[in-house]
Amino acid sequence: MIVGNRKPFEEILEMVKPFKKILLLGCRECITVCAAGGEREVGVLASELKMARAKDGQEIEIKEFTLERQCDYEFIDQIKPFIDDYEAVVSMACGAGIQYTAEHYPSKIVLPAINTTFLGVTLEQGVWSERCQGCGECVLHLTGGVCPVARCAKSLFNGPCGGSASGKCEVNKDTDCAWQLIVDRLKTLGQLDRYEDFIPAKDWKPSRDGGPRTRVREDLRLC
Amino acid sequence: MRLNYPTFIKIIKVPCTGRVDILTLLKAFEAGVDGAYVAGCMEGECHFLKGNIRARKRVEYAKTLLAEVGIEPERLEMYNLSAAQGARFAAIANEMAEKIRSLGPSPLKKAKAAFVA
Repeated sequence: MIVGNRKPFEEILEMVKPFKKILLLGCRECITVCAAGGEREVGVLASELKMARAKDGQEIEIKEFTLERQCDYEFIDQIKPFIDDYEAVVSMACGAGIQYTAEHYPSKIVLPAINTTFLGVTLEQGVWSERCQGCGECVLHLTGGVCPVARCAKSLFNGPCGGSASGKCEVNKDTDCAWQLIVDRLKTLGQLDRYEDFIPAKDWKPSRDGGPRTRVREDLRLC
Repeated sequence: MRLNYPTFIKIIKVPCTGRVDILTLLKAFEAGVDGAYVAGCMEGECHFLKGNIRARKRVEYAKTLLAEVGIEPERLEMYNLSAAQGARFAAIANEMAEKIRSLGPSPLKKAKAAFVA
């Protein structure tokens, strides 16, 4: 899932400074699961904003609304009947949802309340960890199911760098060295011979180097 | 026991302090209370195992949110006591009332009063 953090409160408060009526828009997908921008977080931010503004004698009217998905044309129209009643939208979706809302309502100011951070997993309740960078060409079959792109700070493809010590990365001693994890997993799988196979330089065009990506399945299109 | 505690303290009953949500606490402050405290069972004695531990974590988090907003975090506290500690209940109520008195009314109330004036 996509993981994000709510922006610092001060930053959000500054963004909404010129407005008296805002629509605070959450998303029920990934950003709900990572407890950053779901219905509950929308409630908390609305309450904080109302209190901070009331304290300064500048009351603010906030409509709380949470869409099933902000990144999907099937749901984005749900706010159409009332969006014009508000001066701005503060979106608590990931970067994709925020942009999609802005795209659909071109004359409306759409402000971000979330810093989108990574594609990751839930390790335990309240703890999320990065696993994927969406590089467009998966190599997990070669690396024992551990991604060298997302989990190695240097995205190395043929073994660790000199900064790997006692299984940890030199960038942060709490971060596992991805190549230590890869070797350990290959050993467990009885595939350590794969470690000797040279992985050629990666073609980064399917990743961000080829510019923004679009995926089309003609058979599913309705037009 | 006939112990006294301030009459302006209103008690909201919950089945377990684990039921207390961050939003419950924030809404109280948004409504204009000067202070609030959560009275949970003794740590290690929760009937639901971790309800009071979770409540404490939520109270700590809600305090950081109040600080962000500009409301003194000391206006919100978590206490642990057993149902048999009537004297401690009254002492906590008096202690919290005293603390709130020294802090004065909620900044939200002050702003409203200034705005009306």
